[in-house]
Formats: sequence, C-alpha cells, structure tokens
Amino acid sequence: MTNGKAPLLQVKDLQTYFYSPAGVVKAVDGVSFDLGEGETLGLVGESGCGKSVTALSIMRLIPDPPGRIVGGQVLFNGEDILRIEESKMREVRGSAIAMIFQEPMTSLNPVLTIERQLTEPLELHMKMTRQQASKRSGELLEIVGIPDPEARLKGYPHQMSGGQRQRVMIAMAMSCNPKILIADEATTALDVTIQAQILELMKELTVSFGTSLIIITHNLGVVARYADRVNVMYAGKIREMGHAVDIYGEPRHPYTAGLLQSVPRLDVATSARLAPIRGEIPNLMKLPEGCAFRDRCDWAVERCATDDPPLQVVGKEHTSACWEHARVELKKRVSA
Amino acid sequence: MNTTADRGRPPTQPAAAAAGNNGAARSSAGPLLEVKNLKVHFPVTRGFVIQRKVGTVKAVDGISFTVRPGETLGLVGESGSGKTTTGRAVMMLNRPTAGEIRFEGKDLTGLSAGEMRRMRRRMGIVFQDPQGSLNPRMTAGNIVGEPLIVHRLYENKADYRAQVSELLHTVGLSPAMASRYPHEFSGGQRQRLGVARALAAKPSLIVLDEPVSALDVSIQAQVINLLTDLQEKFNLAYVFIAHDLSVVRHISDRVAVMYLGKIVEIAPGKELYSNPMHPYTRALLSAVPTPDPVLERKRERIVLQGDIPSPLRPPPGCVFHTRCPMAIDDCSRVEPDLRELSPGHQVACIRAPGYGGY
Repeated sequence: MTNGKAPLLQVKDLQTYFYSPAGVVKAVDGVSFDLGEGETLGLVGESGCGKSVTALSIMRLIPDPPGRIVGGQVLFNGEDILRIEESKMREVRGSAIAMIFQEPMTSLNPVLTIERQLTEPLELHMKMTRQQASKRSGELLEIVGIPDPEARLKGYPHQMSGGQRQRVMIAMAMSCNPKILIADEATTALDVTIQAQILELMKELTVSFGTSLIIITHNLGVVARYADRVNVMYAGKIREMGHAVDIYGEPRHPYTAGLLQSVPRLDVATSARLAPIRGEIPNLMKLPEGCAFRDRCDWAVERCATDDPPLQVVGKEHTSACWEHARVELKKRVSA
Repeated sequence: MNTTADRGRPPTQPAAAAAGNNGAARSSAGPLLEVKNLKVHFPVTRGFVIQRKVGTVKAVDGISFTVRPGETLGLVGESGSGKTTTGRAVMMLNRPTAGEIRFEGKDLTGLSAGEMRRMRRRMGIVFQDPQGSLNPRMTAGNIVGEPLIVHRLYENKADYRAQVSELLHTVGLSPAMASRYPHEFSGGQRQRLGVARALAAKPSLIVLDEPVSALDVSIQAQVINLLTDLQEKFNLAYVFIAHDLSVVRHISDRVAVMYLGKIVEIAPGKELYSNPMHPYTRALLSAVPTPDPVLERKRERIVLQGDIPSPLRPPPGCVFHTRCPMAIDDCSRVEPDLRELSPGHQVACIRAPGYGGY
C-alpha cells in the first residue's frame, strides 16, 4: 500500500462527459481514487458504468469530440497529467502508464510484423537502436511465454491465437518498464483456461517489475484472486471501495451485494433460483435524481430519491455511497 | 421472489429437472433427442474458380448423447470445441456428415427440406447475440409472431395478436412493446424477445447457444431465472450451450464437456462438478475464478499450458494429450472412447481410475 508516501497515481474528482445531440452523458462523474506503488487495484462494474472511460481519461485517450474531460485531476507522481503538453503526454503513455485492451486483434497492427510492433516503443521511449530493440523484442516474447520467439517475431498477428496475441500485447505494454499497467477487460474475450494463463502472467510480471496494476473487469471472480483493493462503479460513480476481503466478505453497498449474489458460484450449492438485481441499467442520459441505483435497490428509503449519497467511511479504508449502508448485508449462502 | 427461504428450497425446481437429478427416476421416459455418432466436417478449400479441397475441419467428430423430455443438458467447452456446431446440427442448420439425430422418434438426417421445416416447429433456438439475431427492420411483435405465420399456427388476426401478446407477457415484456423495434430494447430485453420467438411454435426442445454470455452480470440472472420458469411451465427440454461452467452447473441436469469436436466426459451435473474424472474437466473447473478473495488465494489451480490445437490438424490419439498434465506415451496412440465408469458418468480418458484396458 501507500506506506506514508504520496500514492503513485491520484485521481481526483474526475469528470468525463460525452456530448451528443440527444444530450450529455456523464460517463464519469466525480471519480476519485488512489493507486499505490506496486499495488493491484480492481475496477469493477457493468457496461456503461464508466470503468473504461476512467482508464481512457487517465491515458487521455478520450475521443474529442464527442467526449471531453471536463473536470478533475490525474496526479501521476504528483504531476497533473491532464494539464501537460500532448507531446509530454505521449512520453507518459507507454513508458510510464501502459494499457492493454480487450480485443488484441484490434490493438495490433495487422500489416506489421510482431517484431516491428515491439521494436517501435523501444526505439521511441527507450531510445534503443534497431538492433538493441530487435534483441530485446525476442527476450520480451520469451518473458511472456511465447514458444519459439525468434520465428514468431517475423510473423504477423493473424498467425497467432487470441491468447498469444494478448501475450504480445502484454510484452508490448511491459517493454518500457511502465510504472502502471492498465488492463481493460484484457481476458474477457479469452477462453477460461487461457484466461487463467494470462492473468497469472500479468500478475507475475507486474510483481517482478514492481508495476502497479489496474484490472478493469465486469467479472468479480477475476479480481478476487489478484486485487489488493477493489472499486465498484455504477452509473459513472464509484459506489464502494475497499480492500478485496471487505468488498467480497462484507459489502456495504446494495449494488455490490447484488452483484455478488446474482452470479452462480461453483463453491456454493445450487439453489433453485438466482437472486438477480431487478430492473435494467439506467440510461446515463436520463439519470434519476438522488441515488442512481435506487430503482433497483432492496434497501432504498425516501431519502434516496432526493439526495445522492456521497462515499462515507464504513470501515477501515472501506467507503460506501449508500445512506443505508449499515443495513446492507449478504444473504446467507449454503456452501457446497 | 428472491428471499432467502426461496433460494434454498428445492421444490421450486421443475419437476422434470428434479427427476433428472437422480439417475433412477429417468429411465421411465424415453429420450426426446438422441444423437448417435454425430460428425460434422467442413471442407477447407483453396482457389476461387476451381476449388480444391485442401483439408477438413472436424468440428464435431463422433459424439453421442441423449436429452429427455423436460431435461437440461449442458454442453460446455472452449472456443473451437464444437459445441455450437453440435447445437446447430441438432436443428439441422448444419448438415451432419455422418451419424443419426433422432428427435421425437424420427431421424432428422433423412428428412426432406419440407418435412424438416415441419419438424422445426417442435424445436426452438436462441442465439448468443441478441442484437445480431433479431431483424432490425421488424417490430418486436413481428419477430415473435413470425414462427406463427411460417407454421400457420393462428386462426385469424385477432388470434395472432393475442398469441403475440401472450408470448411477450410470458417472457416478462409488456405486450405494449410489440410495436417497438429491436434497437429500442436493452440487451436483456432483446434476449427475452429471442426466447419468446423460440417459444412461439410451442416446441418441446430449445437449443440455447450461449444465451446469457453477452449480457451484464446483473441481467444474466434474470434471464436464467426466466429460462428455469419456462422449462417448468412448458416442460421444455434444453440443450444449454455455454462456456461459463458456473451458469451451466446452475441450470443443467446433466453436463457434457467437449474438447476439439469430441465429448470427453458426460455425467449428471452434481456428479460432474463434485467428481470430475477427465483431466480437461478438472482443469476447466479449476480455471473458473471464485468471487471470494480468501478462498481464491488459497486455492490451487491447474493452469493448462499452451493453446487448443487447430481442429484442422487435431493431434493423434487423445485430442487433449498435448496439453494434458497426466498424459503418458499411450495417450498419443490410443483414441479413448467414452466408457461408463459409474452410473451415468462416462469418461474418455485412459488415465481415469477404473477405465480399464485399451
């Protein structure tokens, strides 16, 4: 964790809006969190909750128009990277903060060899010569566990499987020893057995390089094994944050509890019915006043309709944005 | 609906499904669907005008299984395992290369196109992508009502409209939504539409191909509960195809595990999950993460090496031996067949305890 020093990355009241003729979408609306050196943070939520937009905002990769970062700060080593020159930002991207995406095929250039794609950031950020970069590329492929790296370097992305492509993406992301790696649904498109390989690889590499890791996912299971802390997002805001053990063991937000209870689990006896969260994910353009989750919430009270609850301390380094957080609890489960 | 008491109580399970859980009670009903030695091979051709056959993808290569009325058979496997092709072949949407598909006593492989169309009334299919499988230019009502028109299952216009309203109501949509177009629905609602369309002609079997994997977690549970309710209400049999083992465990009476076009293990759900015998099933189960940090960090995982081989060149012998942590030399020579090692539990692995000689 932070051990007294200022955290490596501080996101403060980040607001990213998208402007469309139909209205304004507040995709990220006042998100604040810290990331310590070497820490692994999970950013969990369903589609449209703002988890990816948060990551893209940190990287300043929001397409403008229609999107714009309208407020807040992203402090990296104390410097607000939202306000630095684009040329300086380009150095931050890749060499200081790297990101991998869900679909490796769209992130890799189909007409360049694997070698060229790996050497480019090395030459650009690490100021290596072609020969040095080429040698390092081979080593990188070996580190990420691709068999026969020398031959693979000459190949193209389409000649590889999905899992191998994601390994190449990880090699590329780690090539310039970034301080932070952001994995945005990096294993979602992969098969379960391959998913396990890639997660294991990411965790191993970030531990040995001392890199901080942000895992963005909709799958609560994925982060349980790896994340030190977890932020749960819903409709553009962080609704609950805390240590993984607390978030999974004693969630204090109805949405977190609902998510945990709606998925069937292998370690729990099958029951006749699942307990879904009722209703639909709200339209971000027409968010109701008050708490955005209240229509789907079993614990909602009158106050929820008018006042949007802020994050309140509910335990040690555990906060929840719910007026009724003291009443929220997981229903009992029968173990398998 | 989601009280604690409700969740733990078995009687809410469909009667047929409950019977399916215990092997003895099942023998009374004959199978609704019987698939024998099914093979679906796709030719790989090269050349534009003069096409030469350069290889064969054995998407499904000799599988057999049965589904009883009102029962759910889960079909799990990773991409390329042939689970989707199997589902499509059952509906005769992919022509089988060899084998037999008996549905309600008739062999579907021998039927003419017209006869097959009439049989399809008794079978429904729901696809993974609710967006892509609904015609964007048709209203919800017309989408759901199309099977009624194709099979002439209504008396007059009023009856047609009444049936469509009833179908929408059954899947939890408002009949007033009939005039809307697919893009006006959310993902979960679109999947409900897909289910309503599959139900329209009153089938006895529905093939569900990854019906919830495109949906958000909180919505998945809603659709799964709907499927469970409908099964109970209409005594439907399901072939539930999915890669998510937790979901399959929740809904299935029996589960078949596929790898590279073959069934490597098939067993009653409880048995398969508590006593997996094939090394692939074990690896697959161990790869599923549990949303519990304490348990999850203590748990030993089997992380398989390498990728699934190309179905164009499947390995000789056991198809899994290239990634198997238990493989011995014989595994690359002997092609193991499915053997019943305990009641209802079939395994294709020469290393499984009790498999016997090969």
